[in-house]
Amino acid sequence: MNKIIKYVITDILRNKIVLIYTGFLLAASLSVFSLEDNSSKGLLSLLNIILIIVPLVSIIFSTIYMYNSAEFIELLVSQPLKRNAIWLSLFTGLASSLSIAFLIGAGIPVLIYQANLVGLTMILTGVLLSVIFAAIAFLATVKTRDKAKGIGAAIMLWLYFSLLFDGLVLFILFQFADYPMENAMIALSALNPIDLSRILILLQLDVSAMMGYTGAVFKDFFGASNGLIFSFFVLLSWIVIPVWYSTLKFNSKDL
Amino acid sequence: MIQLKNISKHFGKLRALDSVTTICEKSECIALIGPNGCGKTTLIKTILGMVVPDSGAITFQGNNIINHWQYRDQIGYMPQMGRYPDNMTIGQVLGMMKDIRGKSEGLDEDLIKAFSVQNLLNKRMGTLSGGTIQKVSAALAFLFNPSVLILDEPTAGLDPVASELFKEKILAERDKGKLVLITSHILSDLDDLVTRIIYMQEGKLIFHKSIEELRQDTGEERLVKSIAQVMISNYE
Repeated sequence: MNKIIKYVITDILRNKIVLIYTGFLLAASLSVFSLEDNSSKGLLSLLNIILIIVPLVSIIFSTIYMYNSAEFIELLVSQPLKRNAIWLSLFTGLASSLSIAFLIGAGIPVLIYQANLVGLTMILTGVLLSVIFAAIAFLATVKTRDKAKGIGAAIMLWLYFSLLFDGLVLFILFQFADYPMENAMIALSALNPIDLSRILILLQLDVSAMMGYTGAVFKDFFGASNGLIFSFFVLLSWIVIPVWYSTLKFNSKDL
Repeated sequence: MIQLKNISKHFGKLRALDSVTTICEKSECIALIGPNGCGKTTLIKTILGMVVPDSGAITFQGNNIINHWQYRDQIGYMPQMGRYPDNMTIGQVLGMMKDIRGKSEGLDEDLIKAFSVQNLLNKRMGTLSGGTIQKVSAALAFLFNPSVLILDEPTAGLDPVASELFKEKILAERDKGKLVLITSHILSDLDDLVTRIIYMQEGKLIFHKSIEELRQDTGEERLVKSIAQVMISNYE
């Protein structure tokens, strides 16, 4: 299994798109930090870039990479290897190369300018987001055989998580404005890894006061160590469940 | 060596394989022939475990292959269209396969030498032509001295010289007692290679005969003409 991971990583780290992605993150984070004299403001601007770019690149790149590797996967399946091992090593290779790209591009500048708990939380959530969206991409590729459909589904999923979901939440909030929604909001935020990451970092930045009454509820919940552990496990299950389900599907898939 | 019993497979409404039953023994070179979409590639893929049949059983050297993967150690497979990770070099692909199989000795590097692949070891897979990729696939299929060789349209992209070298290699391996399964539409390439013919149509196995029987039945000396006769009589 380690053998395939090693080769997948060497293949991806030399990929032009991944190099451009790393370069872009590096340029964006360095310029954001040097533009603002207050580095926690810089961190806030960087947060917005990361929450859009990292999921987008992770999900689209993983989907396209998996479709382009279809014949290579066939070749691997014809070798004396377990299907589980093939699928999981492809995932591990892809997820770790995207995480490496993120760590070099955004992790190093954050560590230079903001080497504190907030900075570390941001690096951790960035890595988790890279892995989560690679896992969702694996789900999309195992479900559809058609490349155009699969990439379309990946784009729609990204759109849903980064834009549509917020709209839906706002709609629900307005509709049920007369009822106490605080606990329901926490449950809703668990349904979207991007929202969850944003809340996690904003709460640590002490700008949650701007989030009003719900912000106070979140602070009450996520600020406590139980809340942190809860959100970490929710993010982990966003990795485990798609990977587990796609492995199950891949085991009985006709290639 | 490989035994298929009532293998059936549906893709939606399409019957890709319809209770196929046959036995393939060693020291034979068997050609799978039939019109496009008759289920040749699906049959190969079920033997390799890439396609899981709806019903039926496949045994490889007496063992059922369902949910097993170790038996593929004995098979060398050359796909119809090989594609490898674009940024890996030929040398890395060969190295990876050796790693996966866990073998670095007793390798059969005849084809690597014959196709002068060793001069291209630093070339990236993404920059290679279709024919060169075919050469790499062929070299990989033979590299580990497998007892069964499964070749899907092997000569389609090869130049005439490479194609001849490749056919000589197949003959040599067959005479060493290996089982070779070939699908091809270029019947003239198969003429002096194959010893048996499996003819398929619409997922059904129409016949499995030795080449002498086929010659007697059709009264034609050349494979091209005898198969043409069979195809026309079955064509609707």
